Amino acid sequence: MAVDFNRNFFELFGLDPLFGIDTVELERVYRDLQSQVHPDRYAHLPESQRRLSMQWATRVNEAYRTLRQPLSRAQYLLEINGVDTRHESNTAMPPDFLMEQMEWREAAAEARAAEDMDGLERLHHRLDGQVDSLFAEVEAQIDRNRNHAAAADAVRRLMFVLRLRDEVDEALEALES
Amino acid sequence: MALLQISEPGMSAEPHKHRLAVGIDLGTTNSLVATVRNGVPVVLVDEEGRPLLPSIVRYRADGAVDVGYPAQSMQARDPRNTIVSVKRFMGRGLKDVAHVEMMPYDFLDAEGMVRVRTVAGVKSPVEASAEILKVLRRRAEASLGGELLGAVITVPAYFDDAQRQATKDAAKLAGLNVLRLLNEPTAAAIAYGLDNASQGVYAVYDLGGGTFDFSILKLSRGVFEVLATSGDAALGGDDFDQRVYCWILDHASIAPPDAHDARRLLLKAREAKEHLTGNDEAVVLANLGSGESVNLMLSRDGFADMTRHLVAKTLGPVRKALRDAGLKPRDVNGVVMVGGATRMPQVQKAVAEFFGQDPLTNLDPEKVVALGAAMQANVLAGNRQADEDWLLLDVIPLSLGLETMGGLTEKIIPRNSTIPIAKAQDFTTFKDGQTAMSFHVVQGEREMVRDCRSLARFELRGIPPMVAGAARIRVTFQVDADGLLAVSAREMSSGVEASVTVKPSYGLTDDEVAGMLRDGMEHAGDDMEARSLREQQVEAQRVIEATEAALKADAHLLSAAERADIESAIARMRQLAEGGSNSRAVKAGVEALNQATTEFAARRMDQSIRRALAGQKVDEIRV
Repeated sequence: MAVDFNRNFFELFGLDPLFGIDTVELERVYRDLQSQVHPDRYAHLPESQRRLSMQWATRVNEAYRTLRQPLSRAQYLLEINGVDTRHESNTAMPPDFLMEQMEWREAAAEARAAEDMDGLERLHHRLDGQVDSLFAEVEAQIDRNRNHAAAADAVRRLMFVLRLRDEVDEALEALES
Repeated sequence: MALLQISEPGMSAEPHKHRLAVGIDLGTTNSLVATVRNGVPVVLVDEEGRPLLPSIVRYRADGAVDVGYPAQSMQARDPRNTIVSVKRFMGRGLKDVAHVEMMPYDFLDAEGMVRVRTVAGVKSPVEASAEILKVLRRRAEASLGGELLGAVITVPAYFDDAQRQATKDAAKLAGLNVLRLLNEPTAAAIAYGLDNASQGVYAVYDLGGGTFDFSILKLSRGVFEVLATSGDAALGGDDFDQRVYCWILDHASIAPPDAHDARRLLLKAREAKEHLTGNDEAVVLANLGSGESVNLMLSRDGFADMTRHLVAKTLGPVRKALRDAGLKPRDVNGVVMVGGATRMPQVQKAVAEFFGQDPLTNLDPEKVVALGAAMQANVLAGNRQADEDWLLLDVIPLSLGLETMGGLTEKIIPRNSTIPIAKAQDFTTFKDGQTAMSFHVVQGEREMVRDCRSLARFELRGIPPMVAGAARIRVTFQVDADGLLAVSAREMSSGVEASVTVKPSYGLTDDEVAGMLRDGMEHAGDDMEARSLREQQVEAQRVIEATEAALKADAHLLSAAERADIESAIARMRQLAEGGSNSRAVKAGVEALNQATTEFAARRMDQSIRRALAGQKVDEIRV
């Protein structure tokens, strides 16, 4: 019997399938699980058991990685509810959102070209605010309203905003070094 | 109600039975072997009481091989056949090795891993490293009085896949069972962290003879979690020697030295460097074979000035790892110094300034890696005691990916991912009726394939002919707990299994390793079949012991009939292993027993997981 792939990541960690999870508990369970299945526990045992342990430890790592990051956690929750936000292409976004994104993108490019660290920092903070409110939206839609379509919409926006924030961070790092 | 002792996986089922295991620090300049004796990690010394084995291998015309001090004493007289710092060549091509023009070796200009032509024939770095490992294995067996169950061998955290694989191949040639390849800074953290019962975020600054590693770990409740690692696989104490050597050539008015004099002066450069750790000035005195002589004075400040750029070069990876971990220098609770090169005062000063605190140097920086490796080997061998309950969660240092259109890299597994890890990616055909597809596996952070390390190329054949874009080829990357990558590919839509052949770019193929193993045995008058029978018998014993321990602990997971099946499989296995049969029969028996216990093993794993979720103490359960 291979790893039981029917159990989803929340079930594997004994957690309710909610966006708002207790991250301290998540980390505790992760460590408890790894201390049971990690290959270091099986290094002196026969090959078949070493292989089984590697499959489990790989699965536990994948689950932890997915649940720990809020974006991948949201995407995973939507996926087990039948909404794929990871592989879809050609999703139409509302024009006002796209306009705002373009403006921010231009501001980032200008600040980068002018080596304007303060400008980039300000942009970073504004993006932080938007990220926080979008995650709050995701949590409300998934955990309280069970409105997966609305949650998916917020996740798609988040993907845009997070990518832009990464670019701003990279520009800041380049200026710092 | 009785209390039943249930052994956790990895905990010794029979406490009186101590399995022999060692930790080996296979260093650029020196190597060490250590073990845990009566609960205390100790470095094993040679007959003359010396803990270090210089990582120097000399090949002689009669086929004999000198390793360590005897080779070291001949290096100036026989530089062509005396290989120093062989670690720098592991898993590397000739063009990757720095300062080749200054080295006295007769390099073979061929594709793949660099090789050296010696008086005893062409040698690969893997073979030379195996000679060092053999000496350490014999030292350990003589000192511990028995055959080793296995060894933990340390590698720089920043070693790529080819370098790790080369290290594992060397161990195989040396007849060592590798329990784990362990990252050097992580090994140091074990030795350090357990000694000091530390909690919090620690950094390990490891400047060895030829490699630089920097790792950030979070220590809590017996878990060592590596948050980020970075480094430079070609930067170490050797480079400081090289700087002094160049300074000698610039300041002593001598003709360009031949290979012998070059080695002599390089040794003088190293002596001067070491002298400057505790003194303000060093005198460089040498009489050369050319009849010329050198008489120079080097001050500590002068040495610090000429190596400033090397020290600065280590801070780049330090910043990168902090960034990856999302931390600032002030978030680090302590900085552990590892590697002989961290004895240099200018290095300690730079680290202290960067982190705003004095680095921790209370463990011998040259021994700490071997001691940590020994502690981990003890645990992996199954000698774990209840109070030695720790867990290592390590990461992969460099991203792994595939080449895509236009020479671009597609990252499959990002750097600093916790291992073991697996990721799959789907690809498709771009021509109608296409039946084969080739892949190029690379490692590194750069966008262009030509700036990354090439690991291997492989081809998937036997794809059923379909229209372009219809085939779905799933490529899976699996990185195991040694940090080693295995790649597999299959066509998903038809379910047809296609065959994969992998050609490593800078490694040895399985056939080459098998060939070297055979040659080595013929040389030693060993019999291949006898050795492989012995190995299979050991494995058979291991499977029987593990199965019996499992039956003892968890028989309740089996029905009476299932239990009877397993017991009869054990009996058959025992007959096979004890009868003077051939290795293939024993191997088939091992596989049959493994087969018979697969379901049982899966149920036990499931039980462990359920208990972990229930938060129960597993070693004491009320029944």
